[in-house]
Amino acid sequence: MLNESKVVGLPLARIDGPLKVSGKARYAAEHFATDMLFGRVLPATIATGRITDIDVSEAERFPGVVKVYTYKNRPTVAKRESKWKDEVALPGYTMRPLEDDHVQFDGQPIAFVVAENFEAARDAAELIRVRYAAYDPHTDLLQEQANSYEPPVPRMKEFMPPKPRGDAEGAFAQAPHKIAFEYYMEGEHHNPMELFGSTVLWEKDGRLTIHDKTQGPQNSHDYVCNVFGLKPENVVVQNKFVGGAFGQGLRPKYQLFLAVMASLDLRRSVKAEMSRREMFYLTWRPVCLQKVSLAADAEGNLQSIMHHALGGTSRYEDYQENVANWSGMAYKCDNVKISYEIAKLDRSTPGDMRAPGAASGVTALETAMDELAYEVGIDPLELRIRNFIHVDQNQDKELTSKALHACYREAAESFGWANRSHEPRSMKDGNELVGWGMATGFWEAQLSEAEAKVSLSSDGKVVVSAAASDIGTGTYTILNQVAAEAFGVSPQAVTVRIGDSSLPKTSVEGGSWTAASSGSAVQVAARAVVATLLKHAQSMPNSPLADASEDQVEIAEGRLVLQANHQVGVAFADIMEAAGVSEVEEHGKVAPDPATMKKFSAYTHSAVFVEVKVDEELLIPRVTRVVTAVAAGRILNPKTARSQILGGVVMGVGMALHEEGMVDHRTGRVMNHNLAEYHVPAHADIEDLEVIFVKEDDDKVSPIGVKGLGEIGIVGVAAAVSNAIFHATGKRIRHFPMTIDKLLAEPDRH
Amino acid sequence: MRRFDYTRAETVHDAVVALAANPDAQLLAGGTNLIDLMKYDVARPGAIIDINRLPLKDIEELPDGGLRIGALVSNSALAYDERVKERFPLLSSAILAGASPQLRNAATTGGNLLQRTRCYYFYDPSTPCNKREPGTGCSAIGGVNRIHAILGASDKCIAVHPSDMCVALAALGATVEVEGPDGNRDIDFADFHRLPGEHPERDNMLQAGEMVIALRIARNHFNRNYTYLKLRDRLSYAFALASVAAAMEVAEGQIVDLRIALGGVAHKPWRDALAEAEFAGREANEATFMQIADRLLSGAEGQGHNDFKIPLAEKAIIRALKQAAAGRPQDQVVKAIQ
Repeated sequence: MLNESKVVGLPLARIDGPLKVSGKARYAAEHFATDMLFGRVLPATIATGRITDIDVSEAERFPGVVKVYTYKNRPTVAKRESKWKDEVALPGYTMRPLEDDHVQFDGQPIAFVVAENFEAARDAAELIRVRYAAYDPHTDLLQEQANSYEPPVPRMKEFMPPKPRGDAEGAFAQAPHKIAFEYYMEGEHHNPMELFGSTVLWEKDGRLTIHDKTQGPQNSHDYVCNVFGLKPENVVVQNKFVGGAFGQGLRPKYQLFLAVMASLDLRRSVKAEMSRREMFYLTWRPVCLQKVSLAADAEGNLQSIMHHALGGTSRYEDYQENVANWSGMAYKCDNVKISYEIAKLDRSTPGDMRAPGAASGVTALETAMDELAYEVGIDPLELRIRNFIHVDQNQDKELTSKALHACYREAAESFGWANRSHEPRSMKDGNELVGWGMATGFWEAQLSEAEAKVSLSSDGKVVVSAAASDIGTGTYTILNQVAAEAFGVSPQAVTVRIGDSSLPKTSVEGGSWTAASSGSAVQVAARAVVATLLKHAQSMPNSPLADASEDQVEIAEGRLVLQANHQVGVAFADIMEAAGVSEVEEHGKVAPDPATMKKFSAYTHSAVFVEVKVDEELLIPRVTRVVTAVAAGRILNPKTARSQILGGVVMGVGMALHEEGMVDHRTGRVMNHNLAEYHVPAHADIEDLEVIFVKEDDDKVSPIGVKGLGEIGIVGVAAAVSNAIFHATGKRIRHFPMTIDKLLAEPDRH
Repeated sequence: MRRFDYTRAETVHDAVVALAANPDAQLLAGGTNLIDLMKYDVARPGAIIDINRLPLKDIEELPDGGLRIGALVSNSALAYDERVKERFPLLSSAILAGASPQLRNAATTGGNLLQRTRCYYFYDPSTPCNKREPGTGCSAIGGVNRIHAILGASDKCIAVHPSDMCVALAALGATVEVEGPDGNRDIDFADFHRLPGEHPERDNMLQAGEMVIALRIARNHFNRNYTYLKLRDRLSYAFALASVAAAMEVAEGQIVDLRIALGGVAHKPWRDALAEAEFAGREANEATFMQIADRLLSGAEGQGHNDFKIPLAEKAIIRALKQAAAGRPQDQVVKAIQ
């Protein structure tokens, strides 16, 4: 159903943009009620141990303080673990705020002060006296390797490594060219602009309206109802605007629990917002140690791939992600062995962060591929092209599409890759060594269950509703475009209602699946509206559409017409009048098609080319140019799509050069917990970025032919930067981020 | 954050009297550091004396062609002042290497001198820190210390001074004008900040009740051969891992007068005037610059994570001296190192 586009595919500016830049878009913590209370968390200052004494008396006496909650006076909440499991919960025991005197991670909330104003809550929290019996923390993954294990309960079966194929060890031993190295990634911390916050509006009849920073209003809704035993119809959760999330907002955060708890207990509206510092205590990209071994024949054909990944998790949950499986599907190879383990650390449970797993795993694989290219002595791009594969060997399935050749070709062409000299340290510009590196990117192209409601009124106004979220990605805009396209109306005629738990069921906004899933649901619902209109039209006397079937009609210029002949049709206002209705509203629902899934795998692909310049003496690296070509099926809106990729690339540069949670392993605490000391790229670190979307037709991946874009932009970027630094300097840095200290310490390899 | 009393001073005298009368009081100028510290519960002043209305916002000519800079002149106003750009371009360049435009608009000259030192642990009140709470110990020693001092540290404190502006002022040999309950006094810039020693809680030599009212910089000949080279973990809006303010007078390939100060490596801007004097008359070439680097870093000692700062500072010194000697100062907008 890939019709010629009229609105879909246009670079529409995001429709929520003016609201955001004028301050009219209100985020979770920007809603107010009279008589509202404000909550503030006191985070633990040890990584593991017990609270032996917690004295809140001074805080309680502080002017304006209404109540101080600790584990000693927490109101009764659900006991059974199943009640605490949210939609994307992990195997293990879900963190329950203020549960008991145990401390399991630095920053764990141990008290919640509720006061008549924010300042009183904040100031009083500092007056709470806590004594701990602290245990020795174990937070260094390298030290905890010995205690690693394969997750006994998989988070998702897709995350489990594929069965080994061929004889990877044997082939490795015999191959003429081989490399085997360890790659280490420091933990990264989410820092979206918007802090986690929840505003709970309490009404006298017991109903709650909650503005929550989340990527899934229904996930927060169900969590709140389950944990507090509330009737689903009495709770509405809204997230109409989300100031960035990147995966940190998938699972309900403790401020939601605490604000609802206090609201129900005190029968008042309550707001709770985290501090920037608290953002460092949860849902981080786990520290990760990987070993990648690659072997090739004399021509560079891969003979063996072995990839072992070890990630950190918490004591109480088994966080898992797909780090290494990419190595089994990326290139043609018949001898593959992949393994994945985790190790418990005295830290909070890691969580999904933009391209979870792939961002780490593909960085290791694609750096290793570059190392292999130099071992074999062929161009790194040529090595990838030689090992191109058109099927998914991991799952022994066909691919729905893979326009990766076009990505390589178009990005290389635009970048000027053909002018590259192979030898490291062979290109210079003034005092700077110039390096060109590249990498391939992979991400899953997923469809999740999604519903949507679409209505068309007799005056041509369209309303789309779904419990989807726009986390800054452009969901409002693209759903508008899909609906406008379906009815042949202008985007101004379409209203999109999302970010509300009472709207049609939608999964959390993650995995890059929202555009494909909700977009398809809108299209299905719109088609259902057309079908209903046709039914009504056929009930009209002497209907010109009497013999038409659903797939022969469409809406154009306010009329339901035959696709083949727009002269034949009826104005939909007349159809509605005849049927005695003022609007037609229908539901649409999509879910992955089991038959397609059985036969096909679906991935998004990219090729990333990076130029770095590195001062020859001082070894300060800077990324001067990035060209990314992406194959992601149909592009609904090139403007919002491009922004997604740009953001991913910038985050990839951060992963390559800057981002790192610095842990004091003596105490198990992250010490650079602010944006002055936790570095993300500044404007000066980002120069020329180019995004190319290559043509890719895919009628199987989703009903509207869309693959997601939220994640693919970051994947491969850190590897391409690392490969470019090697090309510039001859130094191979296998420890990310590649900060100046590592460059100084590394001898030249060439 | 703790509650505090707020008053606004209308005259320097009022401010000094109020400050002297209350040991728990602190002055508020741009607030770019103090307010952060209060939010983090690191600074807990019982009283804030707002000095933003004091008449200390002028840059005045001195008879010798030098300049007197009021304590409340903003970093931006100072950096972009035509006289500063022409006579003391090193100062202008150093200021523009620091912070962000927004911060430079708010931050003041006096406040820049009085920034607290940089250390993860100092900023986290739940950790022991001799600077915050004397006698509790230094958490950075043996902890996360890649940003810490390689020169002049003590076993009580290894924090570093964060300023870029002060590194240039140290090299230029500015004078700090101070007013206190007992009147005015001058402090040489080199003596204004102090090393941690046994008392890391004290960052500078101000006595109780004293405030900075101005800086004086005497006319010099360092407006041709100078540079401010700042090396950091990202290309803007990051503190220095190591920075170098270098200036020299060169005649016929020889160093006539040399000034060099280092930032990001010690509890104060690091300058060694004796060492500078030893190199007068030497050839302005790489061999000399290497010796200068050796001399300046002779006592350098790493703490583990920051060991790399020693070779980094060495390379930075040599490069900065090359830039200065060549009259090719580092451009603070162009990110390639010149």
